[in-house]
Amino acid sequence: MPAYIGKSIKRVEDERFITGRGRYTDDIVLPKMTHAWIVRSPWAHARIKSIDATEARSQPGVVAVFVGQDMVDDGINPIPTGWQIGADMKEPPHHTLAVDKVRHVGDGVAVVIADTREVAQDAAELVVVDYEPLPAVVHMDDALHDDAPLVHDGAPNNVSFTWELGDREATDAALASAHHITSYEVVNQRLIANAIEPRSVIGDHDLATGNLTLYTSSQNPHLIRLLLCAFVTGLPEHKVRVISPDVGGGFGSKIFHYPEEVLCTWATRKIGRPVKWTAERSESFVTDAQGRDHISQAQMAFDAEGKITGLKVDTKANMGAYLSTFAGGIPTWLYGTLLAGQYTTPVIHVHTTGIFTNTVPVDALRGAGRPEATFLLERLMDLAANEMGYDPAELRRMNFIGADQFPYTTPVVLEYDSGDYEAALDAALDMIGYADLRQMQEQARTAGRLVGIGFSTYIEACGIAPSAVAGAIGARAGLYDSGMIRVHPTGKVQAYTGVHSHGQGHETTFAQLVAHHLQIPMEDVELVHGDTALIPFGMGTYGSRSLAVGGSAIYRALEKVLNKARKIAAHKLEAAEDDLEYVGGQFTVKGTDRSVGFGDIALTAYVPHDYPIEELEPGLEFNAFYDPKNFTFPFGAHICAVEVDPETGEVAILRYVAVDDVGEVINPMIVDGQVHGGIAHGIGQALLEQGVYDNEGQLLTGSFMDYAVPRAADLPMFEVDRTVTPCPHNPLGAKGAGETGTIASTPCIVNAVCDAVGVRDIAMPLTPERVWQAIRASHSTREAA
Amino acid sequence: MTQSIQVTVNGKEQQAKVEPRTLLVDFLRSTLGLTGTHVGCDTSQCGACNVHVDGECVKSCTVFAVQADGSSVTTIEGMAGGELHPLQVAFREEHALQCGFCTPGMIMTAADLLSRNASPGEDEIRHALEGNYCRCTGYHNIVKAIQRAAEAT
Repeated sequence: MPAYIGKSIKRVEDERFITGRGRYTDDIVLPKMTHAWIVRSPWAHARIKSIDATEARSQPGVVAVFVGQDMVDDGINPIPTGWQIGADMKEPPHHTLAVDKVRHVGDGVAVVIADTREVAQDAAELVVVDYEPLPAVVHMDDALHDDAPLVHDGAPNNVSFTWELGDREATDAALASAHHITSYEVVNQRLIANAIEPRSVIGDHDLATGNLTLYTSSQNPHLIRLLLCAFVTGLPEHKVRVISPDVGGGFGSKIFHYPEEVLCTWATRKIGRPVKWTAERSESFVTDAQGRDHISQAQMAFDAEGKITGLKVDTKANMGAYLSTFAGGIPTWLYGTLLAGQYTTPVIHVHTTGIFTNTVPVDALRGAGRPEATFLLERLMDLAANEMGYDPAELRRMNFIGADQFPYTTPVVLEYDSGDYEAALDAALDMIGYADLRQMQEQARTAGRLVGIGFSTYIEACGIAPSAVAGAIGARAGLYDSGMIRVHPTGKVQAYTGVHSHGQGHETTFAQLVAHHLQIPMEDVELVHGDTALIPFGMGTYGSRSLAVGGSAIYRALEKVLNKARKIAAHKLEAAEDDLEYVGGQFTVKGTDRSVGFGDIALTAYVPHDYPIEELEPGLEFNAFYDPKNFTFPFGAHICAVEVDPETGEVAILRYVAVDDVGEVINPMIVDGQVHGGIAHGIGQALLEQGVYDNEGQLLTGSFMDYAVPRAADLPMFEVDRTVTPCPHNPLGAKGAGETGTIASTPCIVNAVCDAVGVRDIAMPLTPERVWQAIRASHSTREAA
Repeated sequence: MTQSIQVTVNGKEQQAKVEPRTLLVDFLRSTLGLTGTHVGCDTSQCGACNVHVDGECVKSCTVFAVQADGSSVTTIEGMAGGELHPLQVAFREEHALQCGFCTPGMIMTAADLLSRNASPGEDEIRHALEGNYCRCTGYHNIVKAIQRAAEAT
């Protein structure tokens, strides 16, 4: 039987996608299905004085019009957040449809349900909402003023929470005694995820059984069901089935429990027909949770030898108008804990203020906190190298945690399990031909060309764990996962996972994992995911946790299956279990030719005529829940070379080299693809993307015409490679690959552009206009000097 | 008020009554159930809805169904004859898709490019994809897949 682990096997899910047979939520049509169109606020902050839906209700084809109060009257609760940051965190109610005030442009006010989407959309135009506009607060610095308008009356100064980690006194002392301090103030701009599939939801109440099926384009169906049932609607969990079918990308934005899920669940029960809602892209821009949006001040202290002696960070984090599902956890525990990076920084202190504004809620976006931390750190390292006259690669190397220092406990509470940072850096330097590249840069500069080289050596923490720690840091959930293996009588196998694939290729990778360990053909394995009626439980996919946590659960279930299979084989072969070896899909009595195959054992388990029935139950099916011992810690080194056009400020990426260590790899092709996409996302932040609000809270970048998602011509071919340092504490040795590229690439690019132009900083995104301004400013500075 | 149209879709003649405002993409998805053509935006940028009308690649979210009256339309569902189209094979072989949502539009655009330019260079491919967004792949493997398909045909 072929070994499947480590092979670039072509994806089994591709056939349906390349032939147009993918089944995304909006593709699903149910009998008697109705369509919802949501009336949304055009104001960032306004009191709702009245809503008149008389005319809308009278339109032919309109089934119902509902407003927020209708849901409150029915006992529908606000949508909770899933992360408690400190006892004093302000968590104002987030209603499915606003009841008193609207708090961001796009806040839902009413819903029109009709026979067709067009009728619903037309009728929504006839819903008259009388708003009393209120002053909006958009920028975080404004929000903190004593006289600032309040987004929520219960949150003075618009502060949701403050949080700190590390030793403040020791860090201040390190700064006071520093030989050199590198300071950096940075805006990590608002981003919008823009998965290409807009969110879509269908609620389907079965009048016969009372069961409710919710189809939703979500990254974690079980968590949606739990929040929907236990907190928001009170529906019994066993009467609700959540299905996340094919989902067209997530990048974090489809983790969260959204109002439309509550709305379609509630409305289908009200009208007795299925209700579908699908976002238009313009609607996605103002309703999908957005990402990043930090303003930070950082100071990094060095001794005379270039060793980091301390790091102090103060961050303001924009939460938007409401606390989304993971909101508070992102700029705190998933951010501050990453500030040691790959370095031996002995003392760190980080303070974060979570701030409400009249903007779309902010939550996890690819990397979620970790890109923000890495951007800050890796910019500091390049700035410090420049200020102190070190090569940026060497300054990093001097401060690396050594390969012999693991496990390594940082001053911001993480215990890194494994790593070899120098090996990854050396591999990247070698790949890019660093010495030659610097020489080329010198020659280019002499010729008046602006060529720059940027570095980023990063750490990630994936798969938040163990659950006890997640609980201790405020997560209102456990962060284990489940895996079930069902061996059918014919030896065919279905594997059930609580994680969800929306591009990551689990149907292939997990089938490889199962086939490899059961030693059966991969064609005999199918992965089932995305359906709460089929899968015991799960926490979904985010934070690059799928393989490390979900895959490990599958592995534990496989162990149970093989353990029982061995007992059955021992019975059939009349041998002791210890005398059996499992090779090539056959249990063989060692040293003999007596053997029994996996298929025969499966059949025996389900047709137990000759079977140790006193000791063993029939059947061959096991579930396992896996709670990891620790996070996993992928790391790597990225280096890029860019050239800036001095006339236009346009940035061209000449080379992009990435050496990542994601631990053991099951399918290298898929991991490379994850890294490519991740790098592209990070380059988008560095060069192109920004969610811009005006002072009244209007999103000025509310469509693809204004929000620049990277296109093919914006990007180069990527040169990617790996080192492999297995994760020592999960059975697969795997770490996670979905976010590494995004975490690493943003500072790498900005470092390179600043190096090219010869300036300290340029605010992201580094558009040609901003780069051109920086070139102009640097020229005039030089001329003045 | 509806209007009768006759459109040949993937080789099959279709007669239907549509509202004048019905977009071609809605006609394909809702009336004909051809859900392989996707809608990813409302400003004609993402290219998830790309189909061929009389041999030309168009964004079906920007064409009214009535404008396709009398035309021949090919969607992703019509790309494979007895076997997969070389681009479909190349997308799978090069891992040029992840979530799959942009893939039909990408393949339709790529087919249009290759019909006009049998061996495009990397730059030509990247510029031909200007109207197609992919958030998953970073385009790296999409470019490789189109190069591979060009070599195969």
